[in-house]
Amino acid sequence: MAKMKGATVVNIERCKGCNLCVVACPLNVLALTTKNVNQKGYNYAHTVLEDTCTGCTSCAIVCPDGCITVYRKKEE
Amino acid sequence: MDIKEIMQPENLVYKKPELLNDKNMHYCPGCSHGVVHKLVSEVIADMKMEEKTIGVSPVGCAVFAYNYIDIDWEEAAHGRAPALASAIKRLWPDRLVFTYQGDGDLACIGTAETIHALNRGENITIIFINNAIYGMTGGQMAPTTLLGMKTATCPYGREVALHGYPLKITEVAAQLEGTCYVTRQSVHTVGAINKAKKALRKAFDNSMAGRGASLVEIVSTCNSGWKMSPEKANIWMTENMFPYYQLGDLKDTTVETK
Repeated sequence: MAKMKGATVVNIERCKGCNLCVVACPLNVLALTTKNVNQKGYNYAHTVLEDTCTGCTSCAIVCPDGCITVYRKKEE
Repeated sequence: MDIKEIMQPENLVYKKPELLNDKNMHYCPGCSHGVVHKLVSEVIADMKMEEKTIGVSPVGCAVFAYNYIDIDWEEAAHGRAPALASAIKRLWPDRLVFTYQGDGDLACIGTAETIHALNRGENITIIFINNAIYGMTGGQMAPTTLLGMKTATCPYGREVALHGYPLKITEVAAQLEGTCYVTRQSVHTVGAINKAKKALRKAFDNSMAGRGASLVEIVSTCNSGWKMSPEKANIWMTENMFPYYQLGDLKDTTVETK
């Protein structure tokens, strides 16, 4: 079976750090920042395990603010 | 494979719906309203009704819904959204008309308007966000607040002797002849969100086909009002809200007629 490779892009200025995407990700690809904050003062979500993402879109579907864009490509 | 190779427009699988604009939403972090806004935007875009949809926003947290979804909106007086939507739909029968109301707006001050609009079988869809609390005003007891649940105005928990029972208005709506589709959904997991999206599509299709009134209740969280983190609020909702407000279709006349 061909493996799917995914990539997530978080709109960090829109993110409110609710952590729901981190909980929804089955592969623990995302995490909240611990030190950095965005302009609103929230710890924002970012990708920590780039190679693991399969582009399942779970994080983007549960995101209440629509901050996450997901790309997916079949690995050759 | 390089990450830049994946991030190409042809590989895009999910992005914020185009109807949802770039304004930052005023909702608290993790609020269910945002997810429902996304679903409404997606369903309207799927139906290609962007130019022919009129939403009616309530008084409550969703009062500013008109700022975020780029369709036509009307702002109703507190609780009167179904009455306004009835008028709009009667004047513009080819428009998709829906109301977006919270539990304080729909199940408390607007009970009469809601029940009569549903009973008349107006061809509108009512989206009912039930988070069992008055979120906008600071977490007071709502008609849908669960027994034993603590809020600002029942700090020792809701008691039957003092406050009565939580109102299951969706069950009431299912008894009315005018309704064609009454369902209760949630948006706490990916599966639940997909189901809720299908329910919204069905309700909107019913409105356009003139089958009668549809009510889609979304059992939601209010993590600020409940004083929990968004993840804990989802768990609390699963454990406490779902046993009382059971998910699923309560009435669907479209299935029987087929």
